[in-house]
Amino acid sequence: MNATEPILKVEGMKKHFPVQRGFFRHVAGWIKAVDGVDFFINHGETLGLVGESGCGKTTVGRLILKLIEPDQGRLLYRGDDISQFSQNDMKPLRKEMQVIFQDPYGSLNPRMTIGQTIEEGLRTIGNIDGNERKERVKELFELVGISPSACGLYPHEFSGGQRQRIGIARALSVEPTLIICDEPVSALDVSIQAQIINLLNELQDKFGISYMFISHDLNVVGYISDRVAVMYLGQIMEYTTAEKIFDNPLHPYTQALLSAIPDPDPDSLKEIHTLSGDVPSPLDPPPGCKFQGRCPLVEDQCKHEEIEMRRISEGHHVRCRKV
Amino acid sequence: MTATLNNLETEHPPRTPFQESWRLLRKNKLALCGLAIFLLFAVTALMGFFLTSGPNPIFNPATIRLEEKLRQPLSLPKVDELHEEDLPRLGIYLFGTDDLGRDVFARMLQGAWVSLTVGFVAVGIAIIIGVFLGGVAGYFGHKRVRVDQIGAIVLLFLGPVLISTGHQFYGILLIAAILGHLKFAKRIYRPLISNPSNWLSLPFKETILVDTVVMRFVDIMLCFPSFFLILTVVALLPASIYNIMIIIGLTSWMGATRFVRAEFLSLRELDFVTAAKALGISDWRIIFRHMLPNAIAPVLVSATIGIASAILTEAGLSFLGFGVPPPHATWGNILSNGKRFIFDAPWLTFIPGFFILIVVLSFNLFGEGLRDILNPKLRERH
Repeated sequence: MNATEPILKVEGMKKHFPVQRGFFRHVAGWIKAVDGVDFFINHGETLGLVGESGCGKTTVGRLILKLIEPDQGRLLYRGDDISQFSQNDMKPLRKEMQVIFQDPYGSLNPRMTIGQTIEEGLRTIGNIDGNERKERVKELFELVGISPSACGLYPHEFSGGQRQRIGIARALSVEPTLIICDEPVSALDVSIQAQIINLLNELQDKFGISYMFISHDLNVVGYISDRVAVMYLGQIMEYTTAEKIFDNPLHPYTQALLSAIPDPDPDSLKEIHTLSGDVPSPLDPPPGCKFQGRCPLVEDQCKHEEIEMRRISEGHHVRCRKV
Repeated sequence: MTATLNNLETEHPPRTPFQESWRLLRKNKLALCGLAIFLLFAVTALMGFFLTSGPNPIFNPATIRLEEKLRQPLSLPKVDELHEEDLPRLGIYLFGTDDLGRDVFARMLQGAWVSLTVGFVAVGIAIIIGVFLGGVAGYFGHKRVRVDQIGAIVLLFLGPVLISTGHQFYGILLIAAILGHLKFAKRIYRPLISNPSNWLSLPFKETILVDTVVMRFVDIMLCFPSFFLILTVVALLPASIYNIMIIIGLTSWMGATRFVRAEFLSLRELDFVTAAKALGISDWRIIFRHMLPNAIAPVLVSATIGIASAILTEAGLSFLGFGVPPPHATWGNILSNGKRFIFDAPWLTFIPGFFILIVVLSFNLFGEGLRDILNPKLRERH
C-alpha cells in the first residue's frame, strides 16, 4: 500500500431519496440529499465537513460507512472501490471505519451497561476471550478518561460529555483507521466541547486515526481540521485547507458562514453579512448554481449554467463563477 | 466523576441487577402483592397436581358421594354414612361439595394446575411467535420478497400437517420440493426473470415488502373473532388440554407482534443500532441482544395480562363444555356445572369465579409493576 495514497476517496457520489405519495406510493419526486460530492481523506488527517442543517453532511457520513447505498459514484477505501460492496463484503471493513454520533443520549443502548456496550465491539474482532475483553474495556475507558470502575453503570447515569467519551471508546474498540465524527460536539456545552475535541486530537496523535469531522460550526471545524469542505444543498461549495478557509474564503457562502461566527470582543466592529432567504427545498433545487437565491453576487448566468468545481490555487477548489 | 464513583464504592458495594430489581419491587407494594399471590398460586397448583393425580390420590377430586350432594362450605361430612376412603382428606368440606357430592376443594386443586399450565404454555407460544414475527417485520420490514417465496412458505406449513396426518412420504416430498425451490428458484427461472417484459416474470420479482406480508397476516388473524376461531378448532380436534394450550397460543400472538414491530420501528432509527451495524454485529445479534431488551417491556406487560386472559379463555371454553374433557376438573367447568345451582349452591359459582378473579388480578398487578422494574431509567442513580 502506498503511504501517500488517501485512505478514503469519494468521487462523484450521489444519493437521491424518493418521495412517495398517495395510496399507491408512487414516486412524486427525488430529494437530492447528496448530489455529486468529491473529496479525499489522507492518513492521520482530519477533513472537516461544514454546512447548515439538511445540506446532506450526515448522509455523506452514512454513505461512507455503507449504512445506506450510494446511487452513483465511487467510494475508494485504500484504493478499493467499496461502493458496490454488499453488507457481507463490508464485514472485514467494518472495523476499519467507525462512527461517533451527535446525540449522546440515543447513541448508547440504555439496557446495556457501558462495559457491555464496549465489549460488543470487541466481540466482533474475534480471538479475544472473556477476561482479555474485560481488560481491553478497562484500557479503553482509561484512554477516553472514564474511570474503569464505572464499567457496570448504565448510560443514563452519565452526563452528555461522559457519554460522548463512551461513544468514542466504542468506536476505538475495534482499532479503526477512519472515524466519521457526525457532529460529535454539537449537543455539548462549550467547555465540554473543548474537552472532547482535545481528546479526539490526542487520540489522533497516538494512533494516527483519520477523522471526517461533520459539523455546522465552522469554528470547531477550523480548530480540529486540516482541510475543510463547505457543503450546501448536497454539493461541496468550497474545498481547501483550514487556514485558507479562514484567511481567504472565496465562495460567498463560506464568507457568510464566517461572518456569522460570533466575535467574543464586544467592541469589535465586525461587519455581519447575514444571508437573506432560506435554503431551497432539496426536492426542487434551482437550476444552475444552488446558492443563487441567496447570493449577493448573483448574475443571470448563475441561474442557468451548471457550475463546476474550479481549482483556484494548489488545493483550493471553489464552485463559483465569480471567483 | 471519578471522585464520586470512588466515594460510592466505599459506601456500599455495587448491587447486582437482580438485587436492584428486588429493591424496586419491594417499593411497589401492589406488584409485590401480585407476585406473592402468583407464587402462592403456582405452589398450590404444583402441589395440587401431585396431590390429585395418580391411581390413589391424596385429594381425590373424582370421589362421588351421592348422599352428600350440595353441602355448604365448611360443613362436616356425615362420617357414619360414608366409606372411610371416601371421607374428605381434611375432615371437612372446605369449599363444599357439588351436585355429585364431589369435594370442590379437591377439584379446585386439580383445576389450578390446568389454569397455570394453560396460562404459561399458551402465552409462551404467543410470545415466541409474536417476538419473532414482530422482530422480522420491524427489522427487515423494508426488504422485499418475491411472490413465489411467500407461496412457498405458506405451502411449507402444509408439510408437517401431511406428516402428522399419516402421509409421511408426501409430506417429506413437499418440504423437500419447497426447500429446493427456495434455494434454486433464481437459477431455474433465470430466462424468465431476465426478460422483464414477460408477465410470467412478475411473481419472481422482489415486489412485496416483508412488513406488508407480516402485518397483513396479523390483520387477517385479527379479523377472526378469536374465541369463535378457538371454538371451531377445538370442535374439530380431539379434546385435550394440550390442544387447548396450543390453540390459545396460536390465536393470541398478534398483539405481541404489533408491540414488537412498533418498538423495533422506532429503535431501528436510533444511533446505538446504527453503531452496532457499523461495528459489524450480525443482524440477529442486533435484534436479540440490542433491540429486543429495549422492546420487551410492553411485551412482558401484555404477556402477564395475556396469561390472565388465557386462563379466562380456558375457563370460558370449559364453561361452554369445549374445554378439558370431564371428569378432569378445571375452574371453568366447576363454574359451568355450578351455574345450574346458582341459587341453591352459590359457592359452586362464586368459589371458582373468585379464584379466577384473584389470579387474573394478581397477574395484571404484577405485569404493571414489572414494566416499571424493567426500566433502568427508574433505577436509583448511583
